[in-house]
Amino acid sequence: MNTIFRLIFGMLLFFTIHVNCQSKMVLIKGGTYIPLYGRDSLTVTIGDFQMDVYPVTNEEYLQFVKKYPKWRKSNVKSLFADANYLRGWKSDTILGDNQLLKAPITNISWFAANDYCECQGKRLPTIDEWEYVAMANEDIPDARILKNYNDFILAWYEKPKTFNNEIGSTFKNYWGVYDLHGLVWEWTSDFNSVLISGESRKDVDTDSNLFCGSAALGATDLMNYAAFMRYAIRGSSKAKYTMKNLGFRCVKDL
Amino acid sequence: MKKLNKLTSTILLVLVLLVVSSCSKSEKKKIVDSSKIQVSGTMDAELTAPPFVPSPVGDRPAKKLIVNLEILEQEGTMTDGVKYMYWTFGGSVPGSFIRTRVGDEVEFTLSNHPDNKLPHNIDLHAVTGPGGGATSSFVAPGHEKTFSFKTLNPGLFVYHCATAPVGMHIANGMYGLILVEPEGGLSKVDKEYYIMQGDFYTKGENGEPGLQQFDMQKAVDEDADYVVFNGSVGALTGDNAITANVGETVRLYIGNGGPNLTSSFHVIGEIFDRVHIEGGSSINTNVQTTSIPSGGAAIVEFKVEVPGTFILVDHAIFRAFNKGALGMLKVKGEEDKQLYSGVKQEGIYNPEGGTIQTMPNGADKKEVNPNKSLAQKIESGSQIYTKTCFACHQANGEGIANAFPPLANSDYLNADVKRAIGIVLHGKTGEITVNGAKYNSVMTKQTLTDDEVADVLTYVYNSWGNNKTEVTPMMVTEVKNSH
Repeated sequence: MNTIFRLIFGMLLFFTIHVNCQSKMVLIKGGTYIPLYGRDSLTVTIGDFQMDVYPVTNEEYLQFVKKYPKWRKSNVKSLFADANYLRGWKSDTILGDNQLLKAPITNISWFAANDYCECQGKRLPTIDEWEYVAMANEDIPDARILKNYNDFILAWYEKPKTFNNEIGSTFKNYWGVYDLHGLVWEWTSDFNSVLISGESRKDVDTDSNLFCGSAALGATDLMNYAAFMRYAIRGSSKAKYTMKNLGFRCVKDL
Repeated sequence: MKKLNKLTSTILLVLVLLVVSSCSKSEKKKIVDSSKIQVSGTMDAELTAPPFVPSPVGDRPAKKLIVNLEILEQEGTMTDGVKYMYWTFGGSVPGSFIRTRVGDEVEFTLSNHPDNKLPHNIDLHAVTGPGGGATSSFVAPGHEKTFSFKTLNPGLFVYHCATAPVGMHIANGMYGLILVEPEGGLSKVDKEYYIMQGDFYTKGENGEPGLQQFDMQKAVDEDADYVVFNGSVGALTGDNAITANVGETVRLYIGNGGPNLTSSFHVIGEIFDRVHIEGGSSINTNVQTTSIPSGGAAIVEFKVEVPGTFILVDHAIFRAFNKGALGMLKVKGEEDKQLYSGVKQEGIYNPEGGTIQTMPNGADKKEVNPNKSLAQKIESGSQIYTKTCFACHQANGEGIANAFPPLANSDYLNADVKRAIGIVLHGKTGEITVNGAKYNSVMTKQTLTDDEVADVLTYVYNSWGNNKTEVTPMMVTEVKNSH
């Protein structure tokens, strides 16, 4: 009896997801905050917008390439994606054996991610938008000064192969958004607007904003370190790059 | 006379000219040396994991040297039961040893494994150029970057990752050594090894089992949980020890990755014959301990004259014995008794001189009451126990686990009273089993009169569940004489 009930419930769930092809979004109420690093002005104001609850999955991206052949592995222009694009896929429209349908799509370029969002009538979030939502923990919108919030992020940096975990496997934050930390890195529309030269010690010297900003906020070293790494990964990327640990999600203006 | 004067001055002038010209010549040569050396041919660099080094350059000409280094973020063992997520150059901590000579044109490719989470780069202290290569080598996971440089200065240099947060990348193991040999190579030696010290900061205290995360706060506070050679406790001990044979000259390339602590590098029982101070060209001789700053290196050389195990330590000694900075050099071969005798003789040391066998009592021989009651004996024995036995065997005869055997409920004590008397009189060394546990300590002989021995043993036998034997001075004398 119980089993039948579960089966029915499971099927219902399955259908809801399939019927509602557009992935779930939640409202992010805008506000003003001080980003950690690399901006000319100290505070940034964010307007209201909607954000995907989860990163885009392998399954969703599979539907996308079926619909838009130019983004298939064999068709993609090398200008728009490097040689590792969709690495691990068996063919143009078949995932690899170890790739879960509900795991986040990775090994996609910025061009691909950008186009995906546009095709859904959405767009990629800006760095500021992404960071604004990502500074929340389960309970409060800005948890950056909390030790356990930063510990969680830093610990993820040391956890191997999280790219193959299913979406929703990390925490649901204050806004109702999952997986901003602990699953994969995510593309932002203006990822390369922060110039990290690769010589991070030099950047530290010349960018006094970081220290002014963080001092004003009473930030701990720990807090900067967690964010530093996101800026570092963005700084190391180019729009055609693809990485095993880099996925994306979309946002939408109201 | 005038002519002679003229001749002298001419000679002087020539001499001065010679000196001047030779001076400028040597200076000129130095400048030409590094940057103008022509390369001939291309070769792939041999890279080795510690404690090994690639073969010497010998007298090969300067070449174009291809170096491929891969960055791997991988789990490893810090010490028994403790795992750590190391970030590595080439899969080892320290990273692969790179060996070049002055004038080489190094074409360096840094690859970042696709499974890695973070971007990395490399700053080689052997590079003359902005960031030591860091600017040109910043590489995202699943990508690679190539840059090239010419080795201008000979010496032993550290390389490390310089991506934000720099301290964390270094603390996780991203450092190694690159050697630039002078023209013609370093002098020939019999054995060469590669050792690098590093300090590690973990969430758990030293020895806490499981996968330990990096602890940023401890790193900032410079409060290291582990200070180790070659990335883990025991990387250079036991079967992993480095080896040499008697009569051989050993050269150690020692680096210090840090991130925080300076090493006081020392080999117990050896004196460094030669030390390239800070890895540079200046050589010091007959050195006991050499200082290696973090982000620095030294080359030490010594001839091993006698066999045995030589302990490599950071002589900031708690790091060695409590945090892991300890390695071993095992030397095999014939002993040379003239250089080192080993133990010649073992004896008891008494500050008063060899003839006095007991502690001075101070007082005259005490009055002995031969007719003490059992209660009196126990009372007297209790006082003696507190003065003499208490420190080791403890207040209630419980002893200290693994060190001092219990006297309470002691099967060993109750089994043989004569043996117990003998031990108090003569002391006891070697393994014994008490109540099922093994002890292997030393009990010194006690300076008690026969009467006192009788009293204290009577006290012990009549306490803590023992078999209530009453020991008399007669019994003590008997045991004493039978010996």
